Amino acid sequence: MNVIELSNVSKTFTLHNQGAAVIPVMSDVTLSVAPGECVGLLGASGAGKSTLMRMIWGNYLAASGRITVAGTDVARAEPREILALRRERMAYVSQFLRVVPRVPTIEVVAEPLLLTGTPEDQARDRAAALLARLRIPERLWQLSPTTFSGGEQQRVNIARGFIRQVPVMLLDEPTASLDAANRETVLSLIGEAKARGTAIVGIFHDEAARDRVCDRMIDMARFAA
Amino acid sequence: MTPLFSVRGLEKRYGARIGCTGIGFDLWPGEVMGIVGESGSGKSTLLSCLAGHLPPDRGEVIYDGRDVLAMSEPERRMLARTDWAFVHQNPRDGLRMAVSAGGNVGERLMAVGARHYGDIRETATDWLGRVEIASDRIDDRPSAFSGGMQQRLQIARNLVTGPRLVFMDEPTGGLDVSVQARLLDLLRGLVRRMGLSAIIVTHDLAVVRLLADRLMVMKGGECVETGLTDQVLDDPQHAYTQLLVSSVLQV
Repeated sequence: MNVIELSNVSKTFTLHNQGAAVIPVMSDVTLSVAPGECVGLLGASGAGKSTLMRMIWGNYLAASGRITVAGTDVARAEPREILALRRERMAYVSQFLRVVPRVPTIEVVAEPLLLTGTPEDQARDRAAALLARLRIPERLWQLSPTTFSGGEQQRVNIARGFIRQVPVMLLDEPTASLDAANRETVLSLIGEAKARGTAIVGIFHDEAARDRVCDRMIDMARFAA
Repeated sequence: MTPLFSVRGLEKRYGARIGCTGIGFDLWPGEVMGIVGESGSGKSTLLSCLAGHLPPDRGEVIYDGRDVLAMSEPERRMLARTDWAFVHQNPRDGLRMAVSAGGNVGERLMAVGARHYGDIRETATDWLGRVEIASDRIDDRPSAFSGGMQQRLQIARNLVTGPRLVFMDEPTGGLDVSVQARLLDLLRGLVRRMGLSAIIVTHDLAVVRLLADRLMVMKGGECVETGLTDQVLDDPQHAYTQLLVSSVLQV
């Protein structure tokens, strides 16, 4: 039983204010990911790797086709159904951290657990453990991550993504700006998630990382529109 | 589960001009919907019709199984001070400026039957704390408060009676940016902890990105696009939404 199932998915962007230009991005995408499996997306810049991940996350609309993620038909679901899917069954580690400016790092990391009703102290303990494991110094935990370095922000994003155990994870270059020790930690986190049965779709430009965690690679060129 | 608030075919005209038309949606318990659009797009007219401040010319507004437009005035007023709350852009429109901060919060409690002075003061103090107003300011009038504090006081006054549906008209509109962030964080926390449903009108896309689950985009009195907030903002489908999103200045 696959947790992520895409069939005949296509995507085009129509730019109404730029002469109604229609940009086809991909067509006939068919892809399935089993529990515990990690699929890496390959392709040059602009090939649609991030676009595909966003369609699975639900912030990009598919032009046609079917996208089923942990029991939800993302291409047709109501907003509240997609939000429930994200809250309970799916996590996304993007390359950018988007937070309310003055919220302390520990709360940013704990938030996904709080949204599922975990008691505050438990959520904070779990956030603290992950931040420590990702080597974010404790004196920074009470500060907002908006002023952190790129690598620190990325680790906060990773901690936020991995704080829950979910059946589906999307990882957009999770090791991109990390030093060797932190990269190793992230690769272990990914390995542990897979061992628990999480299905992962990811973009990894880091070839060694790709070889360690990906079971399969998909070249986006196959789906060129 | 059933929707908390349902709207069908709502229309309001000002003579021959359209205020808003053809508006319909279902709001579910715990859901926050943002209404965005430029000045004159009809979003404030729509909010006034939804909240019962303005009678629409056509359409249906159902709250928790009850037809709001068919209610008598006393029934509607009772609803407005129990299950509903309305946060105005200008706190002066939602506060009584000549009454102390504690009195502003306590008045709402008394309107729903609280009589024990000690309890009222205790609840008011607790709520001032929740909106980050120091308890030693409880006897000060709102006129002695900064704009951000006034707005937080208005929120306390509105939420103290435990409403289920909150209407907000540009809640961060008149505030400077640093205060906005604080207020947004506060609102987010309150909405999550109290499981509130809310309808927020704003022209600020950053505000809806952080607060709203879903969006309605209005232009010329009509809804041109709806959907999950980040889907509408990241992959807008309608020409007007694309223009709106691409017009935001990057900092």
